[in-house]
Amino acid sequence: MLRLNLVLLAVLTACALALVTSQHQARNLYVELQKEQELAKQLDVEWGQLQLEASTWATHARVEKLATRALGMRVPPASRVRVVPAAPTEGRP
Amino acid sequence: MSPVAHPQLALQLPAWRSRLLLLALLAWLAALALRALYLQGLDNDFLQQKGELRYSRVIELAATRGPIVDRNNEPLAISTPVESVAASPADLEITPEQVRRIARLLGEDIGDLRKKLADTRREFVYLKRQLPPDEAARVVALGIPGVFLQREYRRYYPAGEVTAHLIGLTDVDGRGREALELAFEQQLAGRPGSRRVIKDRLGKIVEDMESIRVPQNGSTLALSIDARIQYLAYRELKAAVAANRARAGSIVVLDVATGEVLAIASAPSFNPNNRGRFDPQRARNRAVTDLFEPGSTLKPFTAAAALEAGTVRPESIIETAPGRLAIGNRVIHDVHPQDALTVAQVIQKSSNVGAAKIALELRPEALWNLFHQVGFGALPHSGFPGEVPGRLRAASSWRPIEQATMSYGHGISVSLLQLARAYLIFATDGELRPATLLRREVPAVATRVISAPTAHAVRRMLEMAAQPGGTAPRAQVTGYRVAGKTGTSHKPEGRGYATDRFVASFVGFAPASAPRLVVAVMIDEPPAGRHTGGAVAAPVFSAVMAEALRALGVPPDAPMDNVMLPPPDAQEIREEV
Repeated sequence: MLRLNLVLLAVLTACALALVTSQHQARNLYVELQKEQELAKQLDVEWGQLQLEASTWATHARVEKLATRALGMRVPPASRVRVVPAAPTEGRP
Repeated sequence: MSPVAHPQLALQLPAWRSRLLLLALLAWLAALALRALYLQGLDNDFLQQKGELRYSRVIELAATRGPIVDRNNEPLAISTPVESVAASPADLEITPEQVRRIARLLGEDIGDLRKKLADTRREFVYLKRQLPPDEAARVVALGIPGVFLQREYRRYYPAGEVTAHLIGLTDVDGRGREALELAFEQQLAGRPGSRRVIKDRLGKIVEDMESIRVPQNGSTLALSIDARIQYLAYRELKAAVAANRARAGSIVVLDVATGEVLAIASAPSFNPNNRGRFDPQRARNRAVTDLFEPGSTLKPFTAAAALEAGTVRPESIIETAPGRLAIGNRVIHDVHPQDALTVAQVIQKSSNVGAAKIALELRPEALWNLFHQVGFGALPHSGFPGEVPGRLRAASSWRPIEQATMSYGHGISVSLLQLARAYLIFATDGELRPATLLRREVPAVATRVISAPTAHAVRRMLEMAAQPGGTAPRAQVTGYRVAGKTGTSHKPEGRGYATDRFVASFVGFAPASAPRLVVAVMIDEPPAGRHTGGAVAAPVFSAVMAEALRALGVPPDAPMDNVMLPPPDAQEIREEV
């Protein structure tokens, strides 16, 4: 009887310690999860900011200004445009 | 040690005394047990709550407002986090020197700042809202207890004034205040959530207890707008309004195949990124919320109604001599009196007398029906807040003079969006689709309004109007056949019409052989003298159409030397107003 009780006591102690350890592990993992989630959120924010920056650089007005002023580009006048009709595809090798 | 009989032990006491004591002890024990039962089992909520209060915290989870994108997923409105500097005067420890430094960093008036911090009963005041993160970090780096950051979201509009009227803006708390931001508030806003967690003494979250409400980010709103065409349309409109010193203007570009709005702009505009200088007057989306009398742009509908009813054919001759038509005590004029015109020429030259004569042959219901079917007098349901239905009076109340003036677009009011959409019946084979501001995966179901032969006949007339000999040679586009109609009308004033204030408009589509785009332009109060739709609005149409077709890669359907303008000294064909 006494021996059984001692065995049970040992099992109980082991269980209790295991519970504490796993609880601690769970918390550690949770903190890690938190960190990753925070990172994900931060990356999301950065993605939004980069998107915003990209679209600000690519504003049509800005691109147009750069093209005409800095690069000297312009829309070709009608006299310099030649329309090539789509060639029929059959009869070609 | 031998027991020594204490004299008191030998005392004989009555038995009831020990029983009484026992009873008292038992009663006390029972009371304790009951109390314990009560606290543990019956009324444990309160204590549980008190206990949790010591270690659990409810944290708020912010929801980001959904972005607004154009049809190609170009962002038109994005929320991005910014920091607001806040303070809790109740537990603030600050020296006057630090107050001065904060004021300098924030660029705020030091007196204001002192006043804000003076009220020590308050636990929260904003010192400055919505700063870039690096500036905010510098304030916090001072390390003043009681000063902290609060994360907020700020809305940015990359396209700025180009899409300002369409997208609208949000207030400082991120709620939609104007235009689409307001109309789709539900969808964009999302729902903030909250969560119960256990925090340790360092404030780190150690365990997630329960999720009270899952946060839901706002969903993306995809518009039918094409940012490139929107920019072109706004640029040309702005230039035209400035060059003509007009009061205002709007433009609408529709996709013929789907009825989607590709561009909708108004001038003057405003910068939605600068909320401080916001003027509601400039924020009105004139293309949707402002009504005007369309003038001659309605003549094609009169012709279509007559062709449908079978009262005329495109080549029927209408007697227009002597350029005047008296109905009751009113007289309708033509600027360029002609003896006789075909129905097609009535549209080409924009003859009021001709249009009135065609209309008077019709039953009022026939004209009213067509106007009604193309959407005049009814809300366009584009999804934009503040749409107006316009005015289309019941046919039974029309007098002959009203039927005549209605044939050339007076005595009826429409919005530019309604007008652009109505022209879809000529650009397609007589079918009308709802105009939508949202991207559609599948085109909306079209309803047939007029027969295909009628639509084709009117389209030919509209093509003549946009050629030399018509009212709008300036609407021509190199390499493409265009069709369209000018409109010029006096603005209503009091009970009559203003003599020197006009609305000039042009509605047309291209390429005429297989229309892809409808473009409608309206210029409000161009200067008298150069006030016709052909002179003011048609060039805007031409410029926008040319670039939009090129941007969309639409193959030309005319030779490159198709544009023929009348010689500069030739008298221009102007329409009567």
